[in-house]
Amino acid sequence: MTLVDLRRGDNAQIIAIDSKEHSVQRLMVMGLVEGAKVKCLGRSLGGDPMEFLIHGSALSLRQMDAQNFSVTIMPKHDKD
Amino acid sequence: MAKSTISSVPIESLTISRGLTIALVGNPNTGKSTIFNRLTGLRQKTANYPGVTVEKKLGRLNLDRSLYDLIDLPGIYSLSPQSADERIAVDVLLGRVIDTPQPDVIIAVIDATRLYQGLYLLQQLVELGRPMVVALTMADDAMIKNIRINTRKLQDKFQGIPVCELIATTGKGMNSLRTAIRKVIGEDCSHKDSYWQALRNAANELQKKAGKPSLKLIDIERAIVDADPISIQHIQNALGLDTNPQLLSYRTALCGNEPPIAVEARVRYGWISEALPNLETKSAAPARWATQITNWINRPLPATVLFFGVMATIFQAVFAWATPLMDLIDDATMGLGRWTQDVIPPGIISSFIADGIIAGVGSVVIFLPQILILFLFIIMLEDTGYLARAAFLMDRAMRAVGLSGLSVIPLISGFACAVPGIMATRVIPDRRDRIATILAAPFMTCSARLPVYALLIAAFIPNINVGFANLQGLVLFMLYMLGIVGGLGTAMLLKRSALRGPNPTFILALPEFRIPSARTVLLRLLDRARIFLRRAGTVIFTVAVVVWALAYFPRSTNIETERLDAQTQASIVLSGSVLETELSTINNEAAAAQLAQSWLGRMGNWVEPIFVPLGWDWRISAAVIAAFPAREVVVAVLGTIYAVGAEADEASLVERLRSATWPDGSTVFTLPTVLGLLVFFAWCLQCAATLAVIKRETNTWRWPVFAWGYMTAIGYIGALLIYQIGSG
Repeated sequence: MTLVDLRRGDNAQIIAIDSKEHSVQRLMVMGLVEGAKVKCLGRSLGGDPMEFLIHGSALSLRQMDAQNFSVTIMPKHDKD
Repeated sequence: MAKSTISSVPIESLTISRGLTIALVGNPNTGKSTIFNRLTGLRQKTANYPGVTVEKKLGRLNLDRSLYDLIDLPGIYSLSPQSADERIAVDVLLGRVIDTPQPDVIIAVIDATRLYQGLYLLQQLVELGRPMVVALTMADDAMIKNIRINTRKLQDKFQGIPVCELIATTGKGMNSLRTAIRKVIGEDCSHKDSYWQALRNAANELQKKAGKPSLKLIDIERAIVDADPISIQHIQNALGLDTNPQLLSYRTALCGNEPPIAVEARVRYGWISEALPNLETKSAAPARWATQITNWINRPLPATVLFFGVMATIFQAVFAWATPLMDLIDDATMGLGRWTQDVIPPGIISSFIADGIIAGVGSVVIFLPQILILFLFIIMLEDTGYLARAAFLMDRAMRAVGLSGLSVIPLISGFACAVPGIMATRVIPDRRDRIATILAAPFMTCSARLPVYALLIAAFIPNINVGFANLQGLVLFMLYMLGIVGGLGTAMLLKRSALRGPNPTFILALPEFRIPSARTVLLRLLDRARIFLRRAGTVIFTVAVVVWALAYFPRSTNIETERLDAQTQASIVLSGSVLETELSTINNEAAAAQLAQSWLGRMGNWVEPIFVPLGWDWRISAAVIAAFPAREVVVAVLGTIYAVGAEADEASLVERLRSATWPDGSTVFTLPTVLGLLVFFAWCLQCAATLAVIKRETNTWRWPVFAWGYMTAIGYIGALLIYQIGSG
């Protein structure tokens, strides 16, 4: 499962990253690293790009980049 | 607040005169610019989407009666730059910009509600080894969100660097920030611990091996991690040998096969994840209205409806709201013109003032209300953070032309003016995408096109309703669409030919909805009014005067003698109102004959053959040519030409245009001519300022020359086709 599979309102934790792409490294610098908890805030017109909340910052990225982040879903109403 | 002298200089021409340099650094949207304004008293753009601080802003800061230079740097996330504006910020921090010394003090601006991202940059800034203070902004926002930050622990974790909590919008905490800056000036910070010790060890080793203690550790570190040509060149110059193999071996030892930046992100965020629970406590907060609004406009359908609603409102406002004010200015200029002709006896001085100055400059100044309303909306879109939302929404559509949503921000700014639009492209990481956006921006219907459109539409498009829509509004809407189609079409062609490259990515931080400060919006609006009026007072004034002189001289004595003879004859034969009409006809004919044999008339006749296929007479041709440095000049030139050749009772320019005829008596401004002229102005690049900024941003004359030739050609062809097809 990757970030692409998250639905609006889902909380998830990043477990692995394919960091070959330059844009993925850029996202890692912005905080999307292994262990980080993210929340899916929604999608734009046509389902792409997607928007995620990471420790208080809203960040948008395309599915093309999001598919490089493997995640596990966390139960809802989780703290943080 | 301390008084200070201030200056704002573009980065290219920056020289620092005296004193120490203090730099403001931080993530985008953390409130750097607001702190900058507070510290210097200099007002400057503080918008809500990442990357708005595209020009390096310089101000003077007064502390204890000493003056310091304060630089506001573009927002960055790390010392690995991704775009042109991030590159500028990083280069200044590393002391690699000519004429700009490495900052003596760094003010690290951290958003209290986004500590996680902020601490990443903070680690790297500490390792620069410069005296530093931390400005913790958005303290009020953090309070509302139930985020508590332990500033003392934060200070301890970051090796004693002073931390000041600020509410930048109210100025709370500014005094303690000033005190903190004073304290750290001159402090030796060169031996701070690194947060990635393995990298620091590697840099130390390489430095010892090279035997160059003057080589800074931070430069070696960036060369190992970033491996970008500039950092490597920097090291190479210092060591005087090919360092690539050495750098490579350290890189491999540190990172293995993983990309170094990914490894750095893991190391640093690993440290942050451990430290964060001790530094901040978060508890559930009631959903803020701003968050709720953001959540609502997040959904695709409301977002789309809102987007088109916003655009339609702007469109409507610019035309409906401005009308009363414009009528007022119109009446005033016409009254002034008539009054001048009443007070000053007819002749050269009266003509100079009424036809040259008042008709020329007045016909442009009348558009001030429209331009200000347009700018008000664009400024509001920027300052509320909506532009970033629009970029998010339109990303998919932009993909069709080979660009990303990032290009939407400059293009929407381009509706106000192409120059700031082109400068806003600095946030686009890929050079090819950036150039394609730069070349699309001049197509957007800017505020200088508005006077031209408004004049021609008011004069020649009937004010009737077609179905639900007003025909004039519809034509205007079509012109805006024409600009968008032209711009996006150009970008698409370029992305498929000269600028072919991989599909761009789209990574953008989306700021929360924010109510802009009324003071900032007002000040920026005043700034715009000043720029517009200054242009009207200088460029447009000069052109109007020159055109008037060309249209007035030389005076033919033959025509004047003939006019007097004809009038004497007429007053013998005729009387009463018939005489009045005849006299006015004689005067008009004489004025037209004088104009036709004036220098302008002769020049116009000379270029007329080029524009006859478009249905333009020599007067339109002359006006269009005069408008190449700045397109709104065309209105002033038409105003002057038609004022010189007309009677005072035909006071408004609209009426004068309507009654213009060819020598054979047929109307000049037929519908195909007018539509062709509109298309020409929609596509032609008549703006010297835009050409200059394209040159500056692309660093070559190739692109501005291409843009000018290309846009002039398609403008001409568009007008030609419409006229030829329309005239059958």
